[in-house]
Amino acid sequence: MLFTSYSFIGFVAAVLLLYYLIPKRFQWPLLLIASYIFYFFSGPENLVFILITTAATYFTAIQIEKNLLKQKAYIKEHKAEITREEKKEYKEGQKKIRVRWVLLSLAVDLGILAVCKYTNFFISNVNGIISAVGHGKQLELLDLVLPMGISFYTFQSIGYLIDVYRETVPAEKNFFRFALFVSFFPQLVQGPISRYSDLSESLYAEHEYNSKTVSYGLERVLWGFFKKLVIADRLLPAVKLLINDAGTYDGAYVLVAIGLYAVQLYADFTGGIDITIGIAEALGITVTENFDRPYFSKSLKEYWRRWHITMGTWFRDYIFYPLSICQWMQKFSRFSRSHFGNAIGKRLPVYLSSFLVWFATGFWHGASWNFILWGLFNWAVLMISEELEPLYDRFHRRFPGYKGNLVKAFQSFRTVFIVGLLHLFDLYTVQEAFSSFGSLFTVNNINILWDGSMMKLGLTGLDYGIVLFGVVLMFAVSFMQRKEGVRDRISKLSYPVRFVIWFGLFLIVLLMGAYGVGYDSSQFIYNRF
Amino acid sequence: MEDLLEILRDLHPDVDFENEKHLIDDGILDSMDIVSLISEISESFDVTITAKYIVPENFNSAEALYELIERLEDED
Repeated sequence: MLFTSYSFIGFVAAVLLLYYLIPKRFQWPLLLIASYIFYFFSGPENLVFILITTAATYFTAIQIEKNLLKQKAYIKEHKAEITREEKKEYKEGQKKIRVRWVLLSLAVDLGILAVCKYTNFFISNVNGIISAVGHGKQLELLDLVLPMGISFYTFQSIGYLIDVYRETVPAEKNFFRFALFVSFFPQLVQGPISRYSDLSESLYAEHEYNSKTVSYGLERVLWGFFKKLVIADRLLPAVKLLINDAGTYDGAYVLVAIGLYAVQLYADFTGGIDITIGIAEALGITVTENFDRPYFSKSLKEYWRRWHITMGTWFRDYIFYPLSICQWMQKFSRFSRSHFGNAIGKRLPVYLSSFLVWFATGFWHGASWNFILWGLFNWAVLMISEELEPLYDRFHRRFPGYKGNLVKAFQSFRTVFIVGLLHLFDLYTVQEAFSSFGSLFTVNNINILWDGSMMKLGLTGLDYGIVLFGVVLMFAVSFMQRKEGVRDRISKLSYPVRFVIWFGLFLIVLLMGAYGVGYDSSQFIYNRF
Repeated sequence: MEDLLEILRDLHPDVDFENEKHLIDDGILDSMDIVSLISEISESFDVTITAKYIVPENFNSAEALYELIERLEDED
């Protein structure tokens, strides 16, 4: 059931209606049933995978908490009898037990993800090695189906498990409530990756009907549909054409592909998240924001703090920090400092950890080498700018006048351009990405921008006009949000004006959305992760 | 406390660590700084700051960070 299908709109309408009609204590159970119905339509066999992940995480988290309580009780009881060393030793022993529970759950959760998502990647790499050493017999690829949203719900479950282990959240005792946390349907498809501490309170609470939250939520859903249907889906044919034939569309076409994809991806992903957060809001549930106007970022580092925020913080909190401050890394830090001096020695462990994190980020995005390289090039740009920072500081001290809106606009444009270049690895195969990048310098076909070639990419003048209108509107909304939320501004207007705005946007989606006879709205780009 | 301030000043000489209360919220310390900081602290103070303590409340000011170190010293 696609977000942008009539059946989904009907489904959400039915859930909303029932949600506010039934006794409030049945609200969260209704959401659980709705989430499982929604997931059932993605393929009944997928239910098995999500249920195993849910059960394994639920069970191990309870065991971890039981062990923690047992440890606290033991220490309290024997406070007078045991020495400080004995206490430390006892705690270490108990910690080992808890670590084993964590590892068991990780093995199950990540095991399912690894088998479903990465088996064929490993088989094709093994095949590559086999053919490189000259043996003819290749292994056959398996016919595996990737359960919808598996990367998102697996990461969300793992985050919860580690939080329980770290004692930052209590273990959820009710299996069904926990099952809802893992499967909450608006965010099952493409995130955000919620934390238990952020989501649980409003997810299980009883919600009174509130016309303001419901209308705010639905406004946001409509805005999400606008981004997805009017902008993202309209650009899809051109982006597909350009990337499917990288040999023909080189040189300036690559710049066009980068530009169109930057708009398409933004409209697609943020539009999807608007639909998610909007539905949740209409249900009275608060889901963490996933974007903070990322294309206004002044550097790639800032961009990654503002784009797909919940993924970035997930990797930071559950991989980067534990890895970079673990005992092994501390030892490596001391070793590198004594061998390479303070300046380099201090950097090496951080650079190594972030290398591994970006490798994982790339690999999470897709089971192929182009995504891994995409991650590693992100890492390289970030590390280079980290090293150049003192130079920037000196420059800004020397030229204090180098700021203001024009400079900020230039910096934002530079960030979007760098992000776009990095997307070459997201769009193309590894070989095509390099040759497309090279063609930017070797192929002189800049005239395609005005000689009519742009009209042969599957988009008409009207399409370009609609996309331009959409981009201007998105930009205006983002710009206005700097001071006050757009929905707050709208709510201050008189009712007829508000109605005109809502109805206008609805009409725009209806009339300008990229559909027609036999048209089927495309999958969201982030569904495939 | 002075030892901690010295470590912090080493990291960012231009920041007024005695009075700054939003080191994380205002983006003055980033994740790279935090890792270097934890590594320096573990050597100077003989405490282990594990990932579970890396939350804004513990790193927003020198004072909060010092409190965390004292708490961890007591626990050990």
